[in-house]
Order: sequence, then structure tokens, then C-alpha cells
Amino acid sequence: MQLKDKVIGIIAEQAVLEPSDVTMDSTLEDLGIDSLGLVESIFAIEEAFDIQVPFNANAPRESDFDISSVASIVSGIERLVREQHS
Amino acid sequence: MKRVVITGAGTINALGRNVDETLEAMREGRCGISELDFRDVERLQIRIGGQIHDYDPEAEFNRQQISLYDRFTQFTLLAAREALAQSGLEFSGELSAQAGVVLGNSGGGMTTLDENYRSVYEEGKNRVHPFVVPKLMNNAAASHVSMEFNLKGPSFTVSTACASSNHAMAQAFQIVQSGLSPAMITGGSESMLCFGGVKAWEGLRVMSRDACRPFSANRNGMVQGEGAGVFVFEEMEHAKRRGAPILAEVVGHAMTSDAADIVMPSKHGAARAMEGALRNARLAPEDVGYINAHGTGTAANDKTECAAVADVFGHHADALMISSTKSMHGHLIGGTGAVELLACIMAVRDGIVAPTIGYQEPDPECALDVVPNEAREAKVEVALSNAFAFGGLNAVLALRRA
Repeated sequence: MQLKDKVIGIIAEQAVLEPSDVTMDSTLEDLGIDSLGLVESIFAIEEAFDIQVPFNANAPRESDFDISSVASIVSGIERLVREQHS
Repeated sequence: MKRVVITGAGTINALGRNVDETLEAMREGRCGISELDFRDVERLQIRIGGQIHDYDPEAEFNRQQISLYDRFTQFTLLAAREALAQSGLEFSGELSAQAGVVLGNSGGGMTTLDENYRSVYEEGKNRVHPFVVPKLMNNAAASHVSMEFNLKGPSFTVSTACASSNHAMAQAFQIVQSGLSPAMITGGSESMLCFGGVKAWEGLRVMSRDACRPFSANRNGMVQGEGAGVFVFEEMEHAKRRGAPILAEVVGHAMTSDAADIVMPSKHGAARAMEGALRNARLAPEDVGYINAHGTGTAANDKTECAAVADVFGHHADALMISSTKSMHGHLIGGTGAVELLACIMAVRDGIVAPTIGYQEPDPECALDVVPNEAREAKVEVALSNAFAFGGLNAVLALRRA
């Protein structure tokens, strides 16, 4: 399974949606994922890819991890996997 | 001062999944104590408890809820749903703003703590699920009850070990009695039947390996239980106006501290709590027909409690009935007073006194009518519920037939 599909699977599960309902330009807000859902998704992503996601729920915009859309989350994870597994 | 009545009751414990099942088990003197079943149980010396078997969280809650609700919170919500359904009370507007929830609890989310300690210490993982803190905090159950039922008044959790529920219900009683709120949700819960929870108790060397036999000369310790009991305490006129079911009246309470020892009970502290409850409820000792004992089944508690009852009630101590239902559901620690209040309701409302089961040999130091092994029919006007905690913190409630 591609990294992108795996991420979409995690986000879809959190949002209680089918993966086909999650598009690359969806925002977490569009998908109905609240702040608790977000930290739970990040936990699931860290577990799935064995990475550390630099995310502080107090200052999401200042964190070095862009959560503005599914696409930005996927590219953030691709970068972290590259950096942390090289 | 307002009069306070109980208009709803709910429970889940080793004897039953609701009040009816629990009272039926108490009437029949059934034992809910069995072999413990959880991870690493084979490393324990103590392998019995009042565990709720075949419990399936997914039958009761959705995945998102389960990720936030520790077992003690789940039990509390199930009991609260039953109590609120019976009471028929719904919270909106001014009532919602005034009504709150006060619950007793001792260990918080012990299974959550246990599982996550295991994963970071034993399995060497370096990451835990993000909801560990909101799951394990002692007030989680009270908070989730407030959210589910829209309770926006005074809400908090009381933690006084084995007296937690009685202290909590005493607070709720005062809040309704003083007119601060026309209704309060109260009671308590506990779920520490996991490896770490039982291992910690094992260390004290006060646990029985075979049975909880309160007041019996061959008693050899306490047995832990788990579950919840939740009640609706409501101002009497408020309850009558809406035609609510009235299970019993709460007529008084008292709280005392031994100020003496962190584990050993004190006859004086226990006696002062019972005397205080009688005074608070304006009752004479002769009015009391039944006492639901703290009755843990330890050598120290049972003889101290009986001596305190003899001191407080004098000649009437031989006329009243006193039983320990812990022999059936185990010791629910912070939730125990709540489940035991059900036995008091059964006594005053139904005229049936729950027995002390497992009773085998009379103990001259516990020479009271402990209702051995079989329930008894008796007209009971007033019942007391005793709770005497580790740390010497005592709380007694008085119920009267409505």
C-alpha cells in the first residue's frame, strides 16, 4: 500500500468515513475531525510509520508539520519518513 | 431545609448488570466472587474477585467513546443511564444550570494506567495513546456523566478510599438539602481489577485467597470487587410534583476522621460517625432496623465495627440487623458505598434485608445479628450505610422508608 493510501485510511477511520470520501484537498475540519481526533490521528500516524511527528496542539501553526489539508499532511509524512529513516 | 429523596438508582457489579438483577442476587444470597480473569493473573497470589465477566464495551459504546472511557467511566455511565431512566428527570434550562454530579472513586483509571505502564516499562515502547490522561483522571466519570446528561451545576469527584461513595453522596445530599440544587446525580464507581491493582492490594497482606466472610470467626480478609452505583437525589417536593418514583428518603449523614492511623480502623471514629448520622437525621438509636456494615471481612474492621455499633446502640444493638453485602459483590473500594446503598433501599422499601453470606463460625467479638447466609423479611423504618476508609475517614448515611 502506498504511503498516501495508508494516511488516508487512518484519517478516514478517525472521521468514520470511507477512504473514498477523503480527498487530497479535504481539510480536517471538512472531515469533522476535532482537536482530540487530530492528536489521535497523529498518534496513529506515528505508530504506522514509526516516526515522530513534531506537533504541539498548543501551537499547531508553529509546529513544523502542516495540517492544513490531507495533501499537506501526506507530504509532511513523506518528508519525516525520508528524514527519520535515512 | 429541604427533604431529599432518591428517585432513581442504577448499577453494574459482579451480582448484576442492573438494580433488579443485583437485588435479586442479594435476596438469594448469591455470591458474585469468582476466579479473576485478566492478563498476568497467573503472577498474582490473590486470584479471586467480584469481577464483572463477559462485559463487552462495544455492545454499549462506540469506538470513539471507548477510546476515551476507562472501564470505571463505562460502568459509571451505564449505572447513570439506568438511574436517570428510572427517575425520568431531564436536564434543561434552570434545572440543568443547578444540577450537578458528585461521584466517589479511589483509583481512577487503574486499567488504563496499568496497560500504559506495561507498554512503556515492560515492552519498552516510547509512545502512549494521546488520551491516557483524560481516561485515567479520577474525575473522568463525573465529567462524562455531566456531558451525557447536561449537568452544569456543582460537579466533582471525592476520593476517600473505601468511603469515597459515601462522602460523595453526603455532599450531594447537602447540596439538595440546602436548596442549592433541586437534584443531584451521585454515587461512585471503581475498577481496579487488573494486574497492578490487585498486586498493590496483595502487598498489604489483607486479602483473602478463598472468600469474603465478614463477621465469621474464620474470616481471612477482604476480596476486591468492581462496578458502579449511581442515584438521583432529588428535593422531595420537586419529585412529588412531577410524580417521580420515590425509592427512599435520605434523612441524614455524618463524616468523621479518626486522626489516628493510616490503615487501622478506630472504634471511636466509627462510633462518632454513626452517632453523628443519627443526630443529623434526628433519629433515636431504636429507630434503626438495619445497618449495611462496612464489613470488609478483615480481622480488624469487623470486630472494631461491631464494638462501635454496640457502643452507639447500647441494648438496641442486639435488636437491629447488620450485614455485609461485600460477601457477595466484593469490596468496590471507592464505589462500594454506592452499591451497598442498594441493600439499604431494599431493606426500607421492600422489607428484605440482604444477608452476610459465607458466614461459618460465630465470633464472640462480632456478636450481633449479622443476618447470616439467608436474606430476611423484616419491616425496616431506617437503615444506616457505613463506610470506614483507610486513612481513618468515615462517612455514614441514613435512609428512611418513603
